[in-house]
Amino acid sequence: MTEWIQYAIDAVYVVAVLAFVLGLKALSGPTTARRGILYAGVAMLIAVVVTFFSPGLSNFALIAIGVMIGGLAGWYWARVVQMTAMPQMVAIFNGMGGGAAAAIAAVTLLSGLTDHATAGLSAAGGVIGSISIAGSIIAFLKLQGWITSKPIVLPARQVVNTAVLVVGLGFGIFSLVQLNPLWLLPFYVLLLLYGILLTLPIGGADMPVVISLFNALTGVAVGLDGFALVNGPLGDAGYAMVIAGTLVGASGSLLTLLMARAMNRSVANVFFGAFGATEETGVAVAGQMKPIDASDAAVMMAYASQVIIVPGYGMAVAQAQQKVKELADLLETKGVTVKFGIHPVAGRMPGHMNVLLAEAGIDYGKLFDRDEINAEFPSTDVVLVIGANDVVNPAAHRAGSPLQGMPILDVDQAKNVIVIKRGQGKGFAGIENDLFYRDNCHMLYGDAQQAVGKLVSELKKA
Amino acid sequence: MAADLWTALFIALLAVFTGYEVISRVPVLLHTPLMSGSNFIHGIVLVGAIVALGIATNPLEQAIGFVAVIMGAMNVTGGYVVTERILAMFDRTKRKGGPS
Repeated sequence: MTEWIQYAIDAVYVVAVLAFVLGLKALSGPTTARRGILYAGVAMLIAVVVTFFSPGLSNFALIAIGVMIGGLAGWYWARVVQMTAMPQMVAIFNGMGGGAAAAIAAVTLLSGLTDHATAGLSAAGGVIGSISIAGSIIAFLKLQGWITSKPIVLPARQVVNTAVLVVGLGFGIFSLVQLNPLWLLPFYVLLLLYGILLTLPIGGADMPVVISLFNALTGVAVGLDGFALVNGPLGDAGYAMVIAGTLVGASGSLLTLLMARAMNRSVANVFFGAFGATEETGVAVAGQMKPIDASDAAVMMAYASQVIIVPGYGMAVAQAQQKVKELADLLETKGVTVKFGIHPVAGRMPGHMNVLLAEAGIDYGKLFDRDEINAEFPSTDVVLVIGANDVVNPAAHRAGSPLQGMPILDVDQAKNVIVIKRGQGKGFAGIENDLFYRDNCHMLYGDAQQAVGKLVSELKKA
Repeated sequence: MAADLWTALFIALLAVFTGYEVISRVPVLLHTPLMSGSNFIHGIVLVGAIVALGIATNPLEQAIGFVAVIMGAMNVTGGYVVTERILAMFDRTKRKGGPS
């Protein structure tokens, strides 16, 4: 009888893994994506339910209570949160996965420090899971604004961080060699600390890379835990974890590389470079910024044949996406073609701008990637930049600039550029934006929501 | 090293290629759902957490296993709801304006 239950459970895991792969595949196309997450969701539900029937489990009450507490908390929190808080939500739920992986490794290490291979794999899962949860929580706090999103650079950072990591790993190796669980406490404490120290010096604008990498890391940690479980009494759950975890680790790594490439920086530079902590000095930009008022800007756009809107993090902060939708609709009723140019790392997570514009109800057919839209700028009458800075900075084409080589949206090629910006300050990278000083560029100062609101009311008058 | 570990290693290798193949050439539009969706998929950690708590024998192991189950369950439901909410906004058919 037990044997048949085990076969049934295994069969369910196989189907679940298949559904994960198909679900992930479906997530890469806009028309199939929703079906994809549904497949994966159903598969997950069944996989969790059948695990309860695994022979030889105890502590059922605790398991049920834990699943209910965690499940309801996650469900409720994700339901009620504002759409603008999505980057930190992704970060925190990812952190929970990393924490679970670290905790599973701890249980495996405490209960079964007999076999060095298994223990080593568990410890590796513990290392990566700990870094993932600690780092994700820091990312969450930064994105939520509970700690500053500026890089927090501590003195002798590289030395201290490396020391924490090395000593932490040392305790891990001790516990493995001596098969002594006593060393596990300092091991975990130091690795959690390392995750915190690693993430503190990373600034807000680099969060797309950070969130994406921690997501991949959690996947790897889950996979490693799976490796450790396959040798145990209930090994088949381990295979499911190996596949799903590795799948996420691989796809997440790829996404991380895409994000880093979109900034022309290496992942290592993002994590260890403390980018944006210092400002570029000594580069004088000729010309001056020319302010424009909302009525002139509105007229300029109303008589354009094509307007391209380039949103950035400033739009997200001001929650201006609804106003932007209104503006786009108004312009279209006046016969203006409106398109959106989206930079891959605009905002705080991969694809952030697309999510916000979709929330406002803007059809995704009007959103264009950098590669698709760049050729259109020279023939465009007006480009409206809303709270974006570094991703439109032509300094990227200038030798010696810290942004040199970053693929940007070439908005400076357009006939006219209107930039909505709160003040005259520099972007996240701390670099003067040559664009603002160009002859074809006009500055519309103000909070993105108010400024776009003014444009809308001026357009209604016109 | 036990045979099971080798089997798992082969499986993991194949999974790396699958993960790479499945998401290469994904449009920027879907970067968030893809990341959020894969965030949900590593929620499979809950299965491992249930097993870990299920075989825990002393109070310390039970406590850690219990925390693992709570965190794993949050990962699963939170990851699912976030992904589903984002995808609902991309759904052309359910929008007020209809397809354009």
